[in-house]
Amino acid sequence: MNVTAIKELLYKMADDLLIIGHRNSEWTGLGPILEEDIAFSSMAQDKIGQAGALFEILHELGEDEADKVAFMRDANKMHCSQFVELPNGEYDFSIMRHFLYDHADQLRFEMLANSSFEPLAKVAKKIKGELKYHVFHANTWVVKLGNGTEESKARMQTALNESWNYALGMFEAGDFEKELQSENIFDGEEALKTRWMANITPFIEKANLKIPDVKTWEPILGGRKGYHTDYLQQLVEEMGEVFRVEPDAQW
Amino acid sequence: MINSLDPRIAREKINEDNTIAPLTEMDNWETYEVFHQKKRGDQHEHVGIVHAPNNEMALLFAKEQYGRRGISVNIWVVKTSNVFVSDYDDADIFETVPEKQYREAGGYKVMEMINKYKKENKKTI
Repeated sequence: MNVTAIKELLYKMADDLLIIGHRNSEWTGLGPILEEDIAFSSMAQDKIGQAGALFEILHELGEDEADKVAFMRDANKMHCSQFVELPNGEYDFSIMRHFLYDHADQLRFEMLANSSFEPLAKVAKKIKGELKYHVFHANTWVVKLGNGTEESKARMQTALNESWNYALGMFEAGDFEKELQSENIFDGEEALKTRWMANITPFIEKANLKIPDVKTWEPILGGRKGYHTDYLQQLVEEMGEVFRVEPDAQW
Repeated sequence: MINSLDPRIAREKINEDNTIAPLTEMDNWETYEVFHQKKRGDQHEHVGIVHAPNNEMALLFAKEQYGRRGISVNIWVVKTSNVFVSDYDDADIFETVPEKQYREAGGYKVMEMINKYKKENKKTI
């Protein structure tokens, strides 16, 4: 079993979840409606919990303790896509990111439920229900806003246009695509991207939105290799601030 | 002026058409009553309300408002306007009910009768 390949896969998944969970939690107290604030915050907790489960697997494979790995690394050691580190903007961008990311995440875990790497398959099966709700939530909002007022339609289309190339960056190829496929651990980013397009398209259509023209597609890569926007360093310093004061404290 | 029962708001003498948080007709969505079921087969219990613009979003919100702690397997949402209610002014229709203890099953002492039967028939069992 190619442990290096598995670690690379786990790190990018866990970092994506940790960072988007953190970004989504920044909406707590500021959400547009009370019930929605609670729902969005609750889902952010779910995401961070899922990151935690993956960091635990990494720890069993020899990496440092989950808390240290999550809060002590600087941006150039993080493997999240650049998409998830972008600031929240307004609710239109955050909802669109939630929609694009969560569909990809749900499909990734679906593919991993049959992985030959047992610990990951177990986590995938366990969180299936959580992801079902996350995706249902995203679909509902995108479709409602896309069919709402002139303002909501325009904002959703702009959010989709601005997100698109970043979203494509989620599928940046790893160094071990072939190994993961040949060992039946994970079918790869290309396969995931194809399924993702198939899943989001009907909802984009129901929302009366348009995916940007294929000629303008330019995936924004680098996140998986540690190349990030300035936003990420700011984020990790703030996110890890309390932990870094006393990394060995007992909680 | 916003005329609130809350003195902290009332003393601020806020104009209803202010620019920071103006009150509009459609400011609050309709409420939905939420019922949740802990275990398949249990009765659904009333747990509270959510504000929502339609059934789908009411369900979406209710799942997180009332289903994020503890155990649930199912949720119902019903528009508050669809709940047909009795009047509190008519509460007197219930007034004499506590006196009618003959209606309660507590008068039928089943275990006593079972144990008496068992005792009497011990010799033959």
